[in-house]
Amino acid sequence: MAPYESDDSTEAAQAGEELRDDLRAERRRKAARYVVPVAVVGVAAATIGLVPALADSGDPDLPKITAQQLIDKIAKSDVQQLSGTVKISTDLGLPDLGGLESSLLSGATQGRGDGSSADPAGKLTELASGTHTLRVAVDGPEKQKVSVLESGAEYSLIHNGTDVWGYDSKSDEVYHSTVADSGKAEQRETPATPKDFADEVLKSVDDTTSVTVDGTAQVAGRDAYRLVIKPKQSGTTVGAISIAVDAKTGTPLKFTLTPSSGGAAVIDAGYTQVSFAKPTASTFDFTPPKGAKVTEGDKADKADKADKADKTGKNDKVGRADRGGKASGAPGHGSAKDLDKSGFTVLGKGWNSIAVLDTGSKGGLPTGSASGGGVLSGFLGSLGDSVSGKFGKGTVFSTRLINALMTDDGKVYVGAVDKAALVKAANAG
Amino acid sequence: MSQADLAVVDTAAVRRPSPLWTFGLLRSELVTTFRRWRTLALLGVLAAVPILVGISVRIETRGGGQTGRGGGEGPAFIAQVTNNGLFLVFTALAATLPFFLPMAVGVVAGDAVAGEADAGTLRYLLVAPAGRTRLLLAKYTTTMAFCLVATLVVAASALAVGALLFPLGDLTTISGTRISFADGLGRALLIALVVAVSLAGVAALGLFVSTLTSSGIAAMATTVGLLITVQILDQIPQLHALQPYFFSHYWLSFADLVRDPVYWDDLVKNLELQALYTAVFGSAAWARFTTRDITA
Repeated sequence: MAPYESDDSTEAAQAGEELRDDLRAERRRKAARYVVPVAVVGVAAATIGLVPALADSGDPDLPKITAQQLIDKIAKSDVQQLSGTVKISTDLGLPDLGGLESSLLSGATQGRGDGSSADPAGKLTELASGTHTLRVAVDGPEKQKVSVLESGAEYSLIHNGTDVWGYDSKSDEVYHSTVADSGKAEQRETPATPKDFADEVLKSVDDTTSVTVDGTAQVAGRDAYRLVIKPKQSGTTVGAISIAVDAKTGTPLKFTLTPSSGGAAVIDAGYTQVSFAKPTASTFDFTPPKGAKVTEGDKADKADKADKADKTGKNDKVGRADRGGKASGAPGHGSAKDLDKSGFTVLGKGWNSIAVLDTGSKGGLPTGSASGGGVLSGFLGSLGDSVSGKFGKGTVFSTRLINALMTDDGKVYVGAVDKAALVKAANAG
Repeated sequence: MSQADLAVVDTAAVRRPSPLWTFGLLRSELVTTFRRWRTLALLGVLAAVPILVGISVRIETRGGGQTGRGGGEGPAFIAQVTNNGLFLVFTALAATLPFFLPMAVGVVAGDAVAGEADAGTLRYLLVAPAGRTRLLLAKYTTTMAFCLVATLVVAASALAVGALLFPLGDLTTISGTRISFADGLGRALLIALVVAVSLAGVAALGLFVSTLTSSGIAAMATTVGLLITVQILDQIPQLHALQPYFFSHYWLSFADLVRDPVYWDDLVKNLELQALYTAVFGSAAWARFTTRDITA
C-alpha cells in the first residue's frame, strides 16, 4: 500500500500545487488590472512634467546686436496695434492684508465722496500685489483697453477717443470721464504692460547703470532679445531688470525685476499671448449696461489729481510702493515732473534717488481721515520698525523693493534703497 | 424560418449580446435612476435654488436699489441679474456648482454600484449576460446623464424665473461689450454643458468609491466627504502648488465664457483635468469591479 499512498499524496500535492498556481495566476491577472489606473497617472505626470520642457525649443538664434542698438530699436518701435494677454505677478513682500487692504483703499476713496468701485485709480492699485491676468488691446493713441480678469468678474478700462470708461462687472458699476485733449491726458496711473515698465526703466538709463544684451529668449511664441539692466551704485534694493524685446517689432514682451536681496522676482510682467493685428473696432465700444450705476469722474478727477496721489501715499502702502516704484525707476526728467506735481521732491540721483514728501501732519503717522485715523495709524505702526537718528524718530516700512521712512515730524522718505540710505537722507535733510 | 435557423440565432444572442442589448441595459439603468424618489427630490431641490435666488434679488431691488453694492459678496454675476434675467442662469450655476450639484452627483454615483450590492440586486444584474465592464459603463453613462439633466434643470429653472422677474434682451458681457440675446442664450447653453462636464471627475470618483464598498450610504458619504475636503483644501493658500490638480479648482472657469472674447485657457485646463480624473478613477473602478468577488 505504501507506494500507492505515496503516489496519492504526490498527486494530491501536485493538484494542490496546480490549484495554488492557478490562484496565484488569477491573483496576478487581477492585480494586473490595477496597472491601468496607475499607468494613466504615470502618463499624466510625465506629460505635465515633460511637455513644457519639450515645448521649450531652446533660445532662438538671432543676429548679434549691441545694447545701444536694442535700446534704439525699442525707442523706434512703432507698434500702433496690439492685443494680447499679460500675466503680471508682483511680490513686494507686503504682509498679506487680504480684504483689509482693499477696505482701507475704499475707505480712502469713499472719504472723497465718490465711492465707485469702478474708479480706475483704486482698481488698478490692486495690481500691486499678487498675480493677475490682464488683457490689453491697443489701436493707436485714441483707443486702448485694459481688462483685469478676476474669478467670475472682470474690470475693464476703455479709452476710446475722448471717453474713458471703467466697468466693474462684480459690482455692476461704471465710471466715466472725458479727456479734453484726447490721448495723453489719461495715462494709466499704474504701469501694467511690459512696455509701460520698460519705458519707465529706460528713461533712467544713464551713467549709473550698466546695460547689456544677455542672449535671446522665447516669449509668447516670439523670438526676443534679453536686455539686462543693472544698477552700478550700491545701496539700492534693485538687483537687476531683465526685459525681453521682440526681435521683429522691438516691443518689450516681458519685464522682470529681481531684488538685490535675491529670491523671486518682485515684478514679473509678460505677455503669454500677443498679436500685432488690428483689434476689432467693437473691442473699444462701450455702452453702460441698463441699470448699472454710473459715476461721472470728470471734474472730481482733475481737481483731485494731486490730492489723490497724496491720499494714496498716506493711506495705502501699496499705492505708495507703486508710486515709489515709478520714482525709482525713472529718476530722470519724466517722472520728476510727476512728482513735483504731487508735492514730492527728489533727493539723490540715479537708482539711489529718494522721494521726499512733507505731509505736514505732525505727530508721526499721518491719519488719512479724521474718522478711524487712530485705528489706522496704530495698525500701520505695527507694520513698521522704529528708527531714530539726527532727524529725530521715525518708522521704517520695508518691502522687498521699496522702503519708506516716516519721521515723527511728518516727512516721508521713499525709495528703492535700503534702510541705511533712508536714514542717511533723513539726517542730511 | 426553420428550427435550425432559430437555434443559431439563439446561441449567437447568448454568446455575444448585440449592441441593442447594451442600449437595453442603459435604458433600464436610466429609468431606474430617474424614477427614484431620491433622484426626483434632488432635482427638485436644485430647481428651487434659482427660484430662491431670483425672488430674493427681486425683493431686495424692488425699491430701485441695487444688489451687490460694495462688490464681492454672493455668487458671481449676482449684480447683473437685475439688468438681464439671463444672468440668473449664470448666477444659479455659480451658486449650485460648488456644492449642490456635485453633492447630488455624489449621491447618484456613490449609490450606483454599492447601492445595488446593498440591496442584494448586484448579482442578479451580473447573471444577465451583460458583463461587468458593460454594466460599469452603463452605470457611468447614467451618472453623466444625471449630471447633464441636473445642470439643465438648474439652467431651465433659472431662465424661467429670470424671464418672469427681470427684463431680457441684449446683454452686456462682463468685459463690457454687448452681445445679442440669441448669442447670450447660446452661451448659457454652452455654460450648462461645460458645468455638466465639470462634474465628470466627481462622477468617476464616486463610481470608484462605490465599487469599493457594499454599503450605499458609506459610498455616498465618502464621495460627498471627499468633495467637501477638496473644496476646503482648495481654499488654503499654502497648498497652492497642489491646487491646480484638485478636480474643483477650475470649476468656476465657466464664467470665462461670458467674457468677450472668450478666455479659453482655464476652460481647457478644466476639461483636461476632468478627462484625467475620469480616466484615472474610471479605470480604477473598472479594475476593482471586474476583479472583486460579488457576494451580494
